[in-house]
Amino acid sequence: MAHAHDAHAAHDHHDDHGPAKGIGRWLFATNHKDIGTMYMLFSLLMFFIGGAMAMIIRAELFKPGMQLVDPIFFNQMTTMHALIMIFGAVMPAFVGLANWMIPLQVGAPDMALPRMNNFSFWILPFAFTMLIGTLFVPGGAPAGGWTMYPPLSQQTGEAFPMLIFAVHLMGASSIMGAINVIVTIMNMRAPGMSLLKMPIFVWTWLITAYLLIAVMPVLAGAVTMLLTDHYFGTTFFEAAGGGDPVMFQHIFWFFGHPEVYIMILPAFGIISEIIPTFSRKPLFGYDAMVYATASIAFLSFIVWAHHMFTVGMPLAGQMFFMLATMLIAVPTGVKVFNWTATMFKGSLSFEPPMLFAISFLFLFTIGGFSGLMLAIVPADFQYHDTYFVVAHFHYVLVPGAVFSLMAAAYYWLPKWTGHMYNMKLAKAHFWLSTIFVNVLFFPQHFLGLAGMPRRIPDYSTQFADWNMISSIGGFGFGLSQLLFAYIVFACIRGGEKATDKVWDSGRPQGLEWTLSSPPPYHSFETAPEVK
Amino acid sequence: MAHAQTTHAPSDKYYVPHSSPWPLIGSIALFTTVGGGALWLNHAQAGPWVMTVGFGILLFMFAGWFGAVIKESEARMYNDAVDRSFRMGMMWFIFSEVMFFAAFFGALWYARNFSVPWLGGEGTRALTKIIRGDNYEAAWPTDGPGNVGGDFDVIPAFGLPAINTAILLTSGVTITIAHHAIKAGNRAVLNIFLGLTILLGFLFVYLQAHEYIEAYQHYNLKLTSGIYGSTFFMLTGFHGFHVTMGAIMLTVIWFRCLKGHFTPTHHFAFEGVAWYWHFVDVVWLGLFVFVYWL
Repeated sequence: MAHAHDAHAAHDHHDDHGPAKGIGRWLFATNHKDIGTMYMLFSLLMFFIGGAMAMIIRAELFKPGMQLVDPIFFNQMTTMHALIMIFGAVMPAFVGLANWMIPLQVGAPDMALPRMNNFSFWILPFAFTMLIGTLFVPGGAPAGGWTMYPPLSQQTGEAFPMLIFAVHLMGASSIMGAINVIVTIMNMRAPGMSLLKMPIFVWTWLITAYLLIAVMPVLAGAVTMLLTDHYFGTTFFEAAGGGDPVMFQHIFWFFGHPEVYIMILPAFGIISEIIPTFSRKPLFGYDAMVYATASIAFLSFIVWAHHMFTVGMPLAGQMFFMLATMLIAVPTGVKVFNWTATMFKGSLSFEPPMLFAISFLFLFTIGGFSGLMLAIVPADFQYHDTYFVVAHFHYVLVPGAVFSLMAAAYYWLPKWTGHMYNMKLAKAHFWLSTIFVNVLFFPQHFLGLAGMPRRIPDYSTQFADWNMISSIGGFGFGLSQLLFAYIVFACIRGGEKATDKVWDSGRPQGLEWTLSSPPPYHSFETAPEVK
Repeated sequence: MAHAQTTHAPSDKYYVPHSSPWPLIGSIALFTTVGGGALWLNHAQAGPWVMTVGFGILLFMFAGWFGAVIKESEARMYNDAVDRSFRMGMMWFIFSEVMFFAAFFGALWYARNFSVPWLGGEGTRALTKIIRGDNYEAAWPTDGPGNVGGDFDVIPAFGLPAINTAILLTSGVTITIAHHAIKAGNRAVLNIFLGLTILLGFLFVYLQAHEYIEAYQHYNLKLTSGIYGSTFFMLTGFHGFHVTMGAIMLTVIWFRCLKGHFTPTHHFAFEGVAWYWHFVDVVWLGLFVFVYWL
């Protein structure tokens, strides 16, 4: 047996050195870097498709009255924009980052389960082919909102089963991706890297992966009940049979609230990596950051009904969910404090990743504060389903999650490609994005407080001014992102050679900077020693 | 790094397969299967055919992928670290399955504690009943104020379901005996008790099918029997599906045992499937208590 063993191992060793030739490298990939690259390019494509839908929405809302699209198509756009941005752009981008960075940061040769890694990626293009395909079937794409509330969502035409199955596929992909992340972190760390020595990005992803495995199956269950209610005569969400449409909202948001933290916890990790590098100080309160992340994750399971205060629930329920929600401000406050304290008396420099990180710090906090306002039950009765909510979650998702992704791209792109990118253009991209994102979303707070409802293609003339400003911001933000795509592709094609440390004047921490830029095909063939 | 110079025995290396066509084939299979399902639900004639083709590709993928893994495993290409990855992966997969069932148990709990009593006018909802103007008795089991699906009877817990509970619990014992046998290297006991577990598993599925036929023919209890029928059939149905999958997995492991696969220290596949079997067992206990009994 020993003989066969050696023969096999020698054989593997032989053809294990470089990437396969041709398209097979991508189709049959098992390499964490190749799969990470595919994830991120896929998410960039989805970012532009979802973004184009946002442009249609803002174009229609540029002026009061109906000008460009009919109302049903408008509703399809809001629904599809959300689904594509959440499941197609933000989540895969973070999984792509996890793929690239976690093995590098924990000193592993690859992800723990390389074939399953490829499976979780390749499901996605098929899932989104199915989802985007709904635009072309009779009855059009789903138009009842990404939350798929019954009974409205039950009016969807032939797109309905496609929507449900696409969600199932995305869920399967996310669960497999999350299992891979947890197993890689728990099993593949370099000797000496105890849990509290892990890079903070790894920590946030560990907790995120746990959230994913806990809630994606619940979403699968919820949409399965929608499907059987629609086609097989069950009455989970129909009062006539003893069910309740509100029950769907409870199950959905039991998934949905952890889901929003799935989209922000890895962002916290990225920011916690970048700020110390360019402040030239260690992260302030590393342990506190870990515990805060875990607390936020725990609280995410007991706040879901704050999404549905107006739907009717017992007073005790409203009080509980209000107070639990407000409690989240404590660990989040710890994080914002620690980032600020890391920068305090630091020797700061303002490279593109740091610019995006600082912008994140300010603008995400605005989103957090409007979240606190929404947590207050009597206030929420006024804000619910207005543009204030739209402003709130876009502040946490765009200058929050998306800016953290931009920051991550600008931080690690030289490590990935071996080339520096065009700093001037990247800074231009930063300023354009930061200015336009505020022009785009800040006025939406005013619109919401003044009473403009969300998901409506037309509005009263009193809302005209701020809507026009918001739309101008939207077009500006959308166009600025073309610059990002240009910078990334130019950097892949060439540029000034990046050093191993990349940020030589900064203070980057972590094993990824001990490898060459770009790193060898199998990251750490021999595990490094961590002291 | 001085460390890099030391030569390692090959088994120290974490096995990373170079490339594999199976994930892509699996993605195509899933897409074809659910695409066919969507066509079918939209009454397209091609639907069932496309779905069948999808299932075919899926089976081909499973055979190919698992075949490759079994070959690698038997060639001892997996060291302890790889084995640990598989174990952790399986544990987290089972956790995700637990959460999937949690959604349906949650629906049952919500219906029994909230939506049904509220429909009956509990608490501040007295007007609900007056406005509706009927004599709806909000008591479990129920098919709602609309009497959806017509009157029905429930399957008594201490009939077939209790027998099924005994069968599954016994199968939990037999698989544990088989597990001890594989660790002791006692192949005869392993093969007999694993085979027994499979028999008990399929017996459970058979009795469950029998119970469904009874429910439809004699109790007028159907999937369409309001919220009771919905929760009853979705919970027991998904459980039955998982038992079937588990029994098929056990069968594959049994054939591998007969071929002499596994060693007393190296048998992750057996353990993974055994964990899965215990998981379906525990879910059944939840079903027996909350769906049939209480």
